[in-house]
Amino acid sequence: MVENNRWGNFFAHLVLILGVAIVIFPVYVAIVASTHPPGTFIRGVMPLLPGPNALENYKTVITEGRSRAGTPPIGGMLWNSFVMAMAITIGKLSISLLSAFAIVYFRFPFRIFFFWIIFLTLMLPVEVRIVPTFQVVADLGMLNSFAGLSIPLIASATATFLFRQFFMTVPEELMEAARVDGAGPMKFFKDILLPLSITNIAALFVIMFIYGWNQYLWPLLITTDPEYYTIVMGIQRMVTGGDSEPLWHLVMATVVLAALPPILVILFMQRLFVKGLTETEK
Amino acid sequence: MASITLDNLGKVYAGNVRAVTDVNIDIKDGEMIVLVGPSGCGKSTLLRMVAGLETITEGTLKIGDRVVNHLEPAERDIAMVFQNYALYPHMTVYNNLAYGLKNRGIAKPEIDRRVKEAAEMLQIGQFLDRKPRQLSGGQRQRVAMGRALVREPAAFLFDEPLSNLDAKLRVQMRVEIRQLQKRLGTTSLYVTHDQLEALTMADRLVVLNGGRIEQIGTPMELYSRPETVFVAGFIGSPAMNMLPSDYLRGQVAAEALAHVPAKADFIGIRPEDMALGPVQEGALALSGRLLLLEPAGAESHLHLRFEGMSDTVVVRLPHVPDVAEGSMLNFSVPRDKLHPFDRESGKRLA
Amino acid sequence: MQTKRMTFSSRWLPYALLAPQVIVTLIFFIWPASQALYQSFLRQDIFGLRTDFVWFDNFSRLFADPLYLNSLKVTFVFSLGTTFLSMSVALLFAVMVNRMIRSRDSYTTFLVWPYAVAPAIAGVLWWFIFNPSIGIMPYMLKGFGYDWNHRSSGTDAMILVIIAAAWKQISYNFLFFLAGLQSIPQSLIEAAAIDGASRFKRFWTIVFPLLSPITFFLMVVNIVYAMFDTFGVIHATTEGGPAQATNILVYKVYRDGFVNLNLGSSAAQSVILMAIVVVLTVIQFRYIERRVNY
Repeated sequence: MVENNRWGNFFAHLVLILGVAIVIFPVYVAIVASTHPPGTFIRGVMPLLPGPNALENYKTVITEGRSRAGTPPIGGMLWNSFVMAMAITIGKLSISLLSAFAIVYFRFPFRIFFFWIIFLTLMLPVEVRIVPTFQVVADLGMLNSFAGLSIPLIASATATFLFRQFFMTVPEELMEAARVDGAGPMKFFKDILLPLSITNIAALFVIMFIYGWNQYLWPLLITTDPEYYTIVMGIQRMVTGGDSEPLWHLVMATVVLAALPPILVILFMQRLFVKGLTETEK
Repeated sequence: MASITLDNLGKVYAGNVRAVTDVNIDIKDGEMIVLVGPSGCGKSTLLRMVAGLETITEGTLKIGDRVVNHLEPAERDIAMVFQNYALYPHMTVYNNLAYGLKNRGIAKPEIDRRVKEAAEMLQIGQFLDRKPRQLSGGQRQRVAMGRALVREPAAFLFDEPLSNLDAKLRVQMRVEIRQLQKRLGTTSLYVTHDQLEALTMADRLVVLNGGRIEQIGTPMELYSRPETVFVAGFIGSPAMNMLPSDYLRGQVAAEALAHVPAKADFIGIRPEDMALGPVQEGALALSGRLLLLEPAGAESHLHLRFEGMSDTVVVRLPHVPDVAEGSMLNFSVPRDKLHPFDRESGKRLA
Repeated sequence: MQTKRMTFSSRWLPYALLAPQVIVTLIFFIWPASQALYQSFLRQDIFGLRTDFVWFDNFSRLFADPLYLNSLKVTFVFSLGTTFLSMSVALLFAVMVNRMIRSRDSYTTFLVWPYAVAPAIAGVLWWFIFNPSIGIMPYMLKGFGYDWNHRSSGTDAMILVIIAAAWKQISYNFLFFLAGLQSIPQSLIEAAAIDGASRFKRFWTIVFPLLSPITFFLMVVNIVYAMFDTFGVIHATTEGGPAQATNILVYKVYRDGFVNLNLGSSAAQSVILMAIVVVLTVIQFRYIERRVNY
């Protein structure tokens, strides 16, 4: 029988429910920990049921931060993360759309050469060229700025490839019809190609936003001014800065706040996210 | 409205690949010309050259009195209906029709008038607010037609517009397109691979093969007097039977073939020109064994094996005869229904 | 490489369209990369007063350096561990979810979101759970007689970072495996069933081989992820310790460059890392080319 039998299904559900529980567990623990007063963490085992201090803890991290350890209030860091993520996302999408358009819809000298230059960025993640990239950004005076946080990360071979692939599937006749209808290249791009790419743009938006929000090493290096701290790197400062043992209730409140925006983006745009992910890499 | 003149038109792609050679066609004002041929014969390339979607590498193209070789498609005053319709999927039907007019800077009220008028003519008025994907194949086809109509161009170019429709709808749209074209009197160039579509729609049709014109003429001219073996085989279904003349000379009395040039290697006989029964006066007598009888309602197709000939011969009768498969049957062919061809040149003799 | 059959013609427009991407790439990718290459041949003295061109000396020193060799080994164990753990768990989930009809989307929702969690945060979360004094896991392990302490035990620290890194990557692998499973025609499975293959046999003789292209692709992606994207996991938790036990290559490049200020050595390490990425990317691209018909 190819159909599923009952015991098999029962077993599968069992495995999945256990699996989901394990996958969720760390975040559950974090949420629980963020609702307890500081005293809970001094002795014994971490709590597994919510405590009474939720409001107070979140208020503390959002408005005060931990000034003693040099971490600013979370509010500002959340904003910085948002600005950085949006700048990276919009930047990546714009320049990738334009380059993919050039590569697919034009024939010109050195086309392959440019394609390879873009392709090279795939091979050079920021982590492997970290010192010289830092030097370039420092030389350009872009330390402690949003430009420094975002621009060096906006070149994207992945997005360019995805758009290129998508443009190749757009029927030839649409462009021909547009030409017969009197549309030049940029008009075709704006009136036809962009509206057609909207699902792909949205799907990539989700992935790029998460990529941008989750940047860690880069902001860690180029921001020394707490004004520009982003939330993900800020957590590390909270964990290691100051006291010998981290203030777990505040750290976990921060963790929850830092993880929430990208998780919400994924949950609300799940279908687009899945599409974006599996089609980018396919 | 305008005439279109194709003067020694040719197309050579990069890498010296030749697609179209020496094409001369004078399309009269208001005429419907159908380009027909097997896939890869260059008919679409030729149409796209006229549209301005492919560059012209040889010869001159005139629309009206203007040489348009180097004009952009939008400047040639033509409208095109694409095979897959090429409707803008994200725009409503209304905007699909209006887009080209907007790009030309035509005033809003005028656009509105033309769109409404075209929609009326094509009975797509109630779909103007819909997106193309909400329409059926036939409706999309009408929208594609509408997009060409609103432009009020000098010429319509059709690139296999019916090939994505099912058989029934194809016949219906064929009639509609032809009626509309006759009513508007717009010069049209129509590409198809379907010889029946070509025969039924064309004022004149152009048979292309290997990038060259095989023959130009009215449907009846091409049907009754194909100038080449290729045209003879391509136009008409079932295809014309080609009998080696050596074989025929061995079968029938010499005087029956007296007027056929001695040089002829093949003699073509259309399936419907072979009558079942005793030989009539002055006609050619042939006999063969019935392999298969295909009744098709009003008519029937008989597949025959002639003694000493490898190819089967097909006969079309306007009725279903009462004959048994395996039996020997006699046919007669009027002498004026013989089409003599030369093997070497593929051309008709006499 | 293809374009459309018909293209727009403009002498300057394509270059203008490419300019932003190319400029960013040149300034922030190509130039730093070539700098890394150049610096990898240089050495500064301790006071930063003199810089010598030392040819391949930085490289040969690296490969004679037990710390670097250790880092190579650590990276190898970490990447393989993360890849294997994450992929096998994800495959199990995908196979189970693929059986479901009504609950498929709900399970998927519960399994995809860890993708959104930053590696650094994933590290902190698991670091908390495994905290030797208050963590739930050490408490439970003590029940089994195991004394967990990632601050003193290199093995424990390695297991911790592997779990944290693999946890985050499950979603990604799960989605690809699920997509792969859904693209297997049901008729093949039915044919195998008619041929008398048991459910277990069908999986290993039909399903798994058909998944092998995706498995291979995911292996490369996961190794790249484990080698380069997990900086945050290490930095926010073990910081390479204890005693170099989790000092993976990207973390070492960072420390040698920014903390120990050994620029020549750091640059040489960068160059080696780039070489590794190039190899992995080429393998990956080969795969992409084979699957997608450009």
